[in-house]
Amino acid sequence: MTTYYSKDHEWIDVEGDIATVGITSYAQEQLGDVVYVELPETGKSLSQGDEAAVVESVKAASEVYAPIDGEVVEANEVLAEEPAKVNEDPEGAAWFLKMKVGNEGQLADLMDEAAYKAYVETL
Amino acid sequence: MAEAVADADLKQTPLFDLHVELGARMVPFAGYSMPVQYKAGIMAEHLQTRSKAGLFDVSHMGQAFLVGPDHETTARALEALTPSNFVELKPGKQRYTVLLNDQGGVIDDLMVTRSISEDDDGRLMLVVNAARKEIDYAHFRSRLPDNVKLEAVDDRALIAVQGPEAVAAVAAHAPKAAELGFMEAASMEFDGIDCHIARAGYTGEDGVEMSVPAGAAEAIARALLADDRVEAIGLGARDSLRLEAGLCLYGHDIDETTSPVEGAITFCMQKRRREEGGFPGDGRILAELKDGAGRVRVGLRLEGKAPAREGAEIALPEDGPVIGTVTSGGFAPTVGAPIAMGYVPAGKAAPGTALDLIVRGRRLPATVTAMPFVPNRYFRKSGS
Repeated sequence: MTTYYSKDHEWIDVEGDIATVGITSYAQEQLGDVVYVELPETGKSLSQGDEAAVVESVKAASEVYAPIDGEVVEANEVLAEEPAKVNEDPEGAAWFLKMKVGNEGQLADLMDEAAYKAYVETL
Repeated sequence: MAEAVADADLKQTPLFDLHVELGARMVPFAGYSMPVQYKAGIMAEHLQTRSKAGLFDVSHMGQAFLVGPDHETTARALEALTPSNFVELKPGKQRYTVLLNDQGGVIDDLMVTRSISEDDDGRLMLVVNAARKEIDYAHFRSRLPDNVKLEAVDDRALIAVQGPEAVAAVAAHAPKAAELGFMEAASMEFDGIDCHIARAGYTGEDGVEMSVPAGAAEAIARALLADDRVEAIGLGARDSLRLEAGLCLYGHDIDETTSPVEGAITFCMQKRRREEGGFPGDGRILAELKDGAGRVRVGLRLEGKAPAREGAEIALPEDGPVIGTVTSGGFAPTVGAPIAMGYVPAGKAAPGTALDLIVRGRRLPATVTAMPFVPNRYFRKSGS
């Protein structure tokens, strides 16, 4: 399994033709206390850069974008009930959605862990 | 997630270095670099203020004096620009008011204090919003009579300490603070430093706002933060606290288009002013007092968990038309649910009215709710 990262601070784990998407630890730290997560409907077809989910902190709403094209096959409904999990385990249990990889070639647009770390250093 | 670190063009308050030392996330606000939150985060800082005490740097706000030959003259000059009664304001008392434009819209909301000392006769102390100070000062200078001057204060910091333990924490250094009632103020020593302390604030909690010499601000803040009951609180929690308290944020909930009647802040208008008028926009405002305003600011409680923010449309339920706009909104940590305030037609302003708030194209059910959302805990002296 390989993890890729976007400049918008999403992570995407690809296993076979299924990708799991969440937000990075850096992103949750910037957001602060997450109080609400809006998840996509299963079956929704997303293009790279589309708004896939919304995460709201006490202060503001932020979008989570689809890092690649694909169809939503599962949303993490636990987050609807326990949004604070995004702060506790953003790169683990608090994944946002799983999607069927629609365009594997787009993974090349994303960063690997080392590149993402270096990117965050510049912010 | 835009970054905003100390920009060279941003002003710093006397507590800037302390904020950085405490790990604050600094953001631009009204031309200043201000702490939006510290390490604990907005939620924890909010709850800390409600349960114990929070220390807020509000030195970006404008402090000024109106100075005239005697109280009556200065008070009359201020009454010509606001709808409040200052002639009868007693020494040592503070009052909330609004600066009005000629259409009866709100140029700014501010606190006015009459000094308790007879030596200060003819002086009224003002605290105005940071983003409005230049506008306010220019307005005063163009409208005041020749014998009343505006003196801006630029050598003092302003520190708010708010929460159920706030006054006890301050009184450990300035015992006279405990003798003040809500909206009373006095000069006193804080560990030997001359300060002006008012028992008021912007959180709905008991607490004080302290005008202190800029050079002593850090020592005073450190003395208070050394108290286990007190933690530093950023602007993020300041906003969620004032929202729960139902208090207006200038430029959002009230502005130059909203009258005090529309803004539901007519408590700033005392009886004599309502009867006599004699303030800018009095025609409109007195008519609205008599017949009601067309629109009015209301509190809104959302049924679900999704917050509605500033700018969200307010609509009648069951796919009804848009009737208003949310002016402030977010998650309320003490309530444990999203709340908002906004403007609706007067006929839809009664508590219990069901409305929809439109967020990202979806309708979220909400109910008009009396404010404050969290009960005030101001310290009112019996008989005052």
